[in-house]
Parts: sequence; C-alpha cells; structure tokens
Amino acid sequence: MSVSPDADPAAAAERIERRDHGPLLDTMLLIVGLIVLWQAGSMLLGRDALPSPAATVEKLAAIMGDQDFPAHAWETARAFVTALVIALCSGLAIGLALGSNRLSGEVAEPLLVGLYAIPKITLYPVILLLFGLGISAKIAFGVIHGVIPVIVFTMNAVRNIRSVYFRAARTMRLSLMQTAFTIVVPAAMPEIISGFRVGFALTLLGTLIGEMFASQRGIGYMLVRAMETNDTLTVMALAFLLVVLATAASTALLALDRRLHKRAMPS
Amino acid sequence: MTRAGWIRLALIAGALALLEAACRFGFISRDSVIPPTVMVQGAWQALRSNETRGDLLLTLQTVGVALVLSLAAGAAVGALLHQAPRLRRVLDPLLASYYAVPTFVFYPLFIVLFGLNRWPLVAIGFLFAVVAVAINTLDGLSRIPRAYLRTAAVMRLSPPQMLLHVILPAAAPWFFTGVKFAVAYSFIGVIAGEFVVSGAGVGHAIAFAYNSFDNRMMYGLIVLLFVLVGGINTVLWSWERRLYVRLAGR
Repeated sequence: MSVSPDADPAAAAERIERRDHGPLLDTMLLIVGLIVLWQAGSMLLGRDALPSPAATVEKLAAIMGDQDFPAHAWETARAFVTALVIALCSGLAIGLALGSNRLSGEVAEPLLVGLYAIPKITLYPVILLLFGLGISAKIAFGVIHGVIPVIVFTMNAVRNIRSVYFRAARTMRLSLMQTAFTIVVPAAMPEIISGFRVGFALTLLGTLIGEMFASQRGIGYMLVRAMETNDTLTVMALAFLLVVLATAASTALLALDRRLHKRAMPS
Repeated sequence: MTRAGWIRLALIAGALALLEAACRFGFISRDSVIPPTVMVQGAWQALRSNETRGDLLLTLQTVGVALVLSLAAGAAVGALLHQAPRLRRVLDPLLASYYAVPTFVFYPLFIVLFGLNRWPLVAIGFLFAVVAVAINTLDGLSRIPRAYLRTAAVMRLSPPQMLLHVILPAAAPWFFTGVKFAVAYSFIGVIAGEFVVSGAGVGHAIAFAYNSFDNRMMYGLIVLLFVLVGGINTVLWSWERRLYVRLAGR
C-alpha cells in the first residue's frame, strides 16, 4: 500500500500547483486515449460491428446535414428542456418543503430512495396510457427520471443548513418566502447544483427513452429506427453526438459545482 | 417502528386507497389504470404461472451475473485508480460525467459482439453498475484516516493482515453504498435492455402484456417487480444502517 501524496504538505502543494496547468493536458490525454481505444476496437471487431471514429464522424456530419435532422433535433430539444425545467423547479420546491421539516424529510427519504432505485422504464406503458403518444409522454418520462435526485439533494442540503442561520432569520423576522430565497437557497446552493447535475443527466436519459418508445420524431426515434434496421453506423453516429453533448453539459455543470463547493468551504 | 415509519406507512396506504377509489368510481379510466386490488390479483395470477416465474428467474439471473461482475471489476478498478493517482486524474472527468451518457444506446453493438442471447443484457447492466462501484470504492479508499495506516505500519501488519483488518473495514461503508447503487443500476440496465430488444425476461413480459392490452397482467408484473426491487432495497438499507451503527459504536 503506497502512501498517498497527501501525506506530506510539500507533495500536496506541488500537486495543487501541477493541477493548475494540468487539467487541459489531462483532458487531451483522455480524449486521445479514448480515440485510440475506439480505433483499436474497430480494427479488432471489424468495421461492421464497431465503425471507426473517422467513419462515425463522417456519418454524423451527413446525418446533421440531412434536411430532416433539424426537425428531429428541435423535437428532442423542446421535450428535454421542458422536462428539465419542470423537473428542476418542482424538485427544488418539493425538496425545500420536505427539507424544512425534520419529520417530513424522515418520512419521505426512504420512499424517494426506493423510487429512485426501481427501474422506471417499466412505467412506460402507464405513462403512455395516461399521456398518449407524443411529446407530453416524453416530457413526463424525462420528469419522472430527473425529479427525484433533485428532490433528494435539495432536501439533504436544507437539512444540513446550520440552525444558526434559521435563528438569525427568525430574529430578523423574515417571512417564509424571504427565508427561503435569502437564506435557504443560497446556503444550500452547492448541493442544489450537484442535484441539478444528476437531474440533468437523468432527465436526458428519460426523455430519450421516452422518445424511443413513444414517438415518431426526435433523436431517440432515429436511434431506435437505426437499431431496428441494424444500421450500426447511424447508431454510433447518434450515440457519439449524445455522448459529446451530455459530457460537455455535465463538465460545465461539474465545473460550476466545484467552484460553488470551494467557495462554500471557508465559511 | 418509529413515528416517521408509521406516517410513511399511512401515507402509502392512503395513496393506494385514493387510487382504488378513483378507479372504482370511474375518475380514472380502467383502460389506463386499474385499481390496486386488481393489480395485486394480477400479480398473484402472474406469480402462479410457470412462464412468469421463468421470466422472473431469468431476469434475476441476468441481474445477478451483471452485479457480481460489476462488483468485482468496480472494486478492482477503484483499487487500481487509488494506487495510480496520475491515471485517476486523467480519468476523473470521465468518471464524473459517465452517468450523463445514455449507456443503452450501445445495446446494438453488444448484440453484434455477443450475439442474440442474455450477454448483451449482462453487458448493459454491468456498464451501468460498474462505475458507481469504482467511484465509491475509490472514495472509501481515499477516506481511510491516515492514522489507521500509520498504526498498522507501527504494528508491522503484513499486507494481507492490513487489507483484512484495516483497509476493508474502514472502506466498507463506502463500498456498501457502491453495492446499493450497483443493485439498483444493474436492475435498471437489464430491464431497460429487455424492454428494447429481447424475447424473454420480466421487461419483455411487461412490454408484451402492454402490446396485447392485458392491463391486469401488465400491472401485476409491474407490482411484482417493484415489490422485488423495493424489498431488496429495504434489506440493503437496514444492513447499511446496522453497519454504520457498528462502525460508529467502536
């Protein structure tokens, strides 16, 4: 077992310094590594099983140049953004409400964790029966996937706020709304952003799954059509697009997340 | 049971009663949602048929294989990354944004790789679960208090002793969190896969019942599945509680 570099302060300081100009290099290394792996896999398994990076990007450009693509992309974007807004707002409201009362939080937490763990895809027939085919089913699917982590993170963040803050709020005779927006939300912000990050990813997942089953339009539909016709190249191209978009959004949120956590630390 | 527990139970019972009433009195059409009592009848009926039991067993086996593989590989990857901080830094963004990627889009690739059998499903469940295990193992290992390691060094523990008496117990709570996620994720992955393209398993049975308008069967299967996953989850939760209590008590 090697002693980790944190052991002595000099090494830790050096590590922090290296980190300052390191991330870019690290990211490049990661990307190059993944591309090399992908290319090697493609050569090993054959082009039909796993198309090469170059072929995938070329196909993606062709798909994006197609005249049908903007309509599909717009459909997915609209469903996803609507679902995200609903999931974040309602998750935040429910989380704040549950977190502000000890008992309600205790009652709700196991239920929420249980809901998080069940395979929500099995609810898709129920959602379809309730919402019908079309964009509302997709949105509902995105929301049920994304809302729970937002609630759980927000709830725990509110519970962990130091009670001094609440006492101060009471001393200043702040109204409920004032307390919520000037004390609770800022104090809980770092965790709320962490919840948003998880909620973002799951809402995307939910929306896409919804689209795969309940739609005739959108990127999820293109994906499932390509799966059915065994069009590996199209599947890879669309998967690549989704991976790039999701990773980019997630990285941006992660950077925000870390900055807020770091800022929250000294207090 | 605690007060919160009773309230929770009352809440669930109340919600079910409300749904039952709404369905019975026709506020919700029977074509979309059936009353919970009928769902339970459906579940019982499903449980008595050999076919459904076979589907359940098949799904459980697939989840089990995916779970075992992901636990082993996740723990190994976590330990490896802990030993290699440089590699860990490079892979950090990948681990952090891994769950933003809809893994199931690679399902067709796995079909080409493994053929049309249960292995593509195992692969999806595995991919879903393995990173959660790796992240939590890594977390657990890097949070072992340094004093423990120093004490172990002072006592001249051999590496196996150190692993058994210091590292494993200290990292256990985090690893257990990983196990909890792995169970949930491998279920989600496998059942999602069964929905998309598969000819067997609970996921497929639910999709089939839906397509043939067999609401009683469909809701019955959904109830069975939720009870199963919820039950496993509850057991893991109470184990975890006990683990924490024991560790805190020392």
